[in-house]
Amino acid sequence: MTDSQNILSMNRIKKSFPGVAALENVDFSLRKGEVHALIGENGAGKSTLIKVLTGVEHPDSGSIELDGKPVQVRSPQHSQELGISTVYQEINLCTNISVAENIMMGFEPHNFFGIDWKKMNALASEAMKRLDVDIDVTQSLGNFSVAIQQMVAIVRSLEVASPKILILDEPTSSLDVNETAHLFGVIRKLKSEGIGIIFITHFLDQVYEITDRITVLRNGKLVGTYNTTSLPRIELIGKMLGRSLTELDEVSKAKQKNEQKKDTESLVEAKGLGLTGSIEAIDFELHVGEVVGLAGLLGSGRTEIANLIFGIDTPDKGSLKIKGKKINHFSPLESLENGIALCPEDRKAEGIVGDLTIRENIILALQARYGWFKFIATQKQYEIAENYIKLLGIATPSADQLVKNLSGGNQQKVILARWLATDPQVFILDEPTRGIDVGAKAEIQKLVLQLAQEGKSIIFISSELEEVLRTSHRIVVLRDRKKAAEYSGDVDDHTIIQTMAGIL
Amino acid sequence: MTQRIKFFLINNGPLLTTITIFILVYFAGGRLYPAMQKPQVFFNLFINTAALLIVSIGMTFVILTKGIDLSVAGMIALTSAASAALLVNGVNPIVVMILMLLMGIVFGLAMGSIIHYLKVEPFIVTLMGLFFARGMAFIITLSSLTIKDPVYRYLALTKVHIPFFEKAYVYIPSLVGPILLLVAIYLANFTRFGRTVYAIGNNEQSAMLMGLPVARTKIIVYAFGGFCSALAGIVFSISLLSGYGGYAPGMELDAIASVVIGGTMLTGGVGNVIGTLFGVLINGTIVSILQFNGTLSSWWTRIGVGALTLIFIGIQSLFYMKKKN
Ligand SMILES: Nc1ncnc2c1ncn2[C@@H]1O[C@H](COP(=O)(O)OP(=O)(O)OP(=O)(O)O)[C@@H](O)[C@H]1O
Ligand SMILES: [Mg+2]
Repeated sequence: MTDSQNILSMNRIKKSFPGVAALENVDFSLRKGEVHALIGENGAGKSTLIKVLTGVEHPDSGSIELDGKPVQVRSPQHSQELGISTVYQEINLCTNISVAENIMMGFEPHNFFGIDWKKMNALASEAMKRLDVDIDVTQSLGNFSVAIQQMVAIVRSLEVASPKILILDEPTSSLDVNETAHLFGVIRKLKSEGIGIIFITHFLDQVYEITDRITVLRNGKLVGTYNTTSLPRIELIGKMLGRSLTELDEVSKAKQKNEQKKDTESLVEAKGLGLTGSIEAIDFELHVGEVVGLAGLLGSGRTEIANLIFGIDTPDKGSLKIKGKKINHFSPLESLENGIALCPEDRKAEGIVGDLTIRENIILALQARYGWFKFIATQKQYEIAENYIKLLGIATPSADQLVKNLSGGNQQKVILARWLATDPQVFILDEPTRGIDVGAKAEIQKLVLQLAQEGKSIIFISSELEEVLRTSHRIVVLRDRKKAAEYSGDVDDHTIIQTMAGIL
Repeated sequence: MTQRIKFFLINNGPLLTTITIFILVYFAGGRLYPAMQKPQVFFNLFINTAALLIVSIGMTFVILTKGIDLSVAGMIALTSAASAALLVNGVNPIVVMILMLLMGIVFGLAMGSIIHYLKVEPFIVTLMGLFFARGMAFIITLSSLTIKDPVYRYLALTKVHIPFFEKAYVYIPSLVGPILLLVAIYLANFTRFGRTVYAIGNNEQSAMLMGLPVARTKIIVYAFGGFCSALAGIVFSISLLSGYGGYAPGMELDAIASVVIGGTMLTGGVGNVIGTLFGVLINGTIVSILQFNGTLSSWWTRIGVGALTLIFIGIQSLFYMKKKN
């Protein structure tokens, strides 16, 4: 490895937060025209390393060199000026201003009068189309789904100045197969133009598909940097977790054992349930002790079904029975009382309260269910919180850590814990493993099957087909906001992919 | 097409509501008191609310960033007292005005810097600003100082006739607000500064990560607020031809109410300055109706404005919920 190839090198970077050593003397380098994966468990320090590089956080010690010259990155604005362009893990855009502004602000075109809105909208619209997203860029960003917002963030990072270094912190976590493919097309093009790309993800398939080198972090320490081709997957997982992964096999076995339980009482029974403009009339059934997977591309209507069943949206056709009782009044509160819980897809907007501690976040839904006047003893609260911190492997110094100080994946685990704590009978999990590392993913899948074994019923929504297949007893495939087919859990992934794509 | 109209209505709902309410209130006044139908009564609104309009414009930007500025009325009082004192001592009136505007800007810069860099709540910092400014004004003079400067008198007494309306007029200071409004519309919609203000109000963290100049913009917003307050103070002292530390009691609250009635949300990031104009006009209309009535206590203005503000916050939440769906 000759150093002259490096456009970036970060040397012995150290960063601590109260009670956490987020980075301990980490070295990282990036070459011209390479895609470099940054891999590690939730809380390993990946995002922190990025934040140090982009001036959001300032390192306690260590140095950064760009093109061989030492630099001190003062602020995100400064990092942009240095040619570093970033998509942060949590979508960091403003929902009140238009899509075009979100893409162009800071680099917006001007005419003699001021901001040239017409040109700005045209440029933004063109840029979105290059990723095959055709939307009205003059609408405010808040009107669009998480996936579109994610695409907007990516487009922004590509448009700003002309980056020398592009950083993508889990850009694909809310994208579907097609969108990911588009993104990869763009990444390959940028790579051929000599741009260095740092790519963070928990999808190992993607690591092997697109990256040249891999740097692994564990607990804030550098494990090593490897050529992607010479590091087999199983070794990579071993390096990430510091142990080997046998749990995934156990998951499949647990499901086999579960299989017989199918013909039990039906808990949720939807007949022709639908909402104009959201999802077409659908029949759906969920039995006691059953895991039903919802598969489909983004926008195929998975989340919409969840919202109808949980009462966030009110259907305009069909009927819904919960435990044999017809639902007339649709509201989340009613659903909670009926023993249904929903773990939402968009954790930042709908779930997490960053300024509360982990314990308070986990207790929130449970307290709501008990009523606000029946106080849960503090002792008991800690017990519950600590139990879930252990169960889900939430990386934190204590249950009293503010949630906003947790890594992205660990925040997701807190949300999950919140709904698990309410001990519902029907559990709707919308992308529960988004942004969660392989080890914890297996842990969650195991948990889902274990819950089913205990007689709970679960609706499992995930973009990761493998995961749906591994956990579900039955799989409903959605396409274009309609139910396309229903399969039993032993269907092969090929059939499902074809159904999702509309070939079958 | 209908979809577009629907979007337009939802996006501009609060503004359209404000305008409608203004028209309704004004016509109600006209029916009750036919004298109110004269065009001059309408133009009187601009004369009477000249200072309020100016501070409300500054306040709109502050509120758009999710902040608040309670110091405005104190600044008006301080400006009036300081300019009166300087003029009495024979300082050139143009120099006085420039000094006052500079003072406003520096005052705003100081508050903005404390708010941003020391991360103190805007509420606290600007409340201290209010005490400080009023206190300073009373240190300058304990009683009202009369202004006899010829330039000030000229500005105060010269009528500007309104084209197309016979006999209708305003005074020169009443034109400052509308001109500032045009500048503010431009700033808000056609400059990076303005758009950054909206971005900060929605999510400061995001705006920072987008590489937008958050610190600078926030501080400039308060400096602009201070500038507007000083400008309003100058307008105020011109129209009353005097200076006193007790002037404009509670005007910060009138300004906040006008901004909110104008459709700007206290939670930041949503609203615009045109709405603020109508918020101010509604405020002024209620005052004139009470004047025409003549028997009601002037406190009814506060009650009316208070009720309208509450109604507005309700309407905004409704629109906001609609928009989310
Ligand atoms: N502002 C902060 N205050 C305190 N602790 C923090 C702060 N930011 C990060 N941490 C801690 O630093 C550690 C590393 O976090 P980081 O966000 O870098 O993880 P990550 O590797 O990106 O994980 P994920 O895959 O979940 O995104 C975590 O333990 C996190 O709780
Ligand atoms: Mg992260």
